[in-house]
Amino acid sequence: MATEAKRAWNWLLWAGFGLSVVAFLSYFAVFANFPSTRNLPWANLILFAIAAGLLVAGMRRAFGQAQFYRGKVFGSILSVLSALIFGVFVLAIFVYPRHLPVSAAAPKVGAKAPDFNLTDSDNRPVSLSNLLTEPVGGAAPKGVMLVFYRGYW
Amino acid sequence: MAAISVDLPSDSRNLRAKRGYTFTILSDPDATVIKRYDLLHPKAGPDEHDVARPAEFLLDSAGRVRWLNLTESYWVRATPEQLLQATSALR
Repeated sequence: MATEAKRAWNWLLWAGFGLSVVAFLSYFAVFANFPSTRNLPWANLILFAIAAGLLVAGMRRAFGQAQFYRGKVFGSILSVLSALIFGVFVLAIFVYPRHLPVSAAAPKVGAKAPDFNLTDSDNRPVSLSNLLTEPVGGAAPKGVMLVFYRGYW
Repeated sequence: MAAISVDLPSDSRNLRAKRGYTFTILSDPDATVIKRYDLLHPKAGPDEHDVARPAEFLLDSAGRVRWLNLTESYWVRATPEQLLQATSALR
């Protein structure tokens, strides 16, 4: 008689879960490469919001129209998993990265930057004095921008 | 402009080739200079390697710091526009 098999596949729930996964991974794979989507991950937050909307709509169908749609059990599981993915995203982007050293002894504005001697990507020695004095495009440099980064790119 | 990290020169060469960067990339594998600038972020890299926290310093031709950015989150860095804005003070 009227049974499980006749109820429609509740694709909204799967789409919502899939989009949650995409919203998480795409930050690291794509959006973190661009300053405008890295510093504030608005693109990923929008994707998470759409995913939440799909899941809510899917759950309403699963519970409100249970005679037509499947998904009470797996929809609940997918919703919890999606919420966990969002939670990990918040921790990974907004909480954990803020645990930085104090760097109280870093050079301040007006201070002389400590000299150094390092190796460039062609294994040539480069000192800060070199950077400050060697002409760029025929003219003496007006200054130097030092960018420290985490590496392992 | 010069970028500094604990990456080896060979890694920096690959990065330059892959991204088409033309600026100088310097290697500080022992983090000697990173420590001198008090920017060490201990065990924050893969396999608990020490890395530099992200930071940007604009030096004038006398080597004095004119502008700096110590971010509060390593996913939030100075934007290219902010760097250019800062360098306009040198002109």
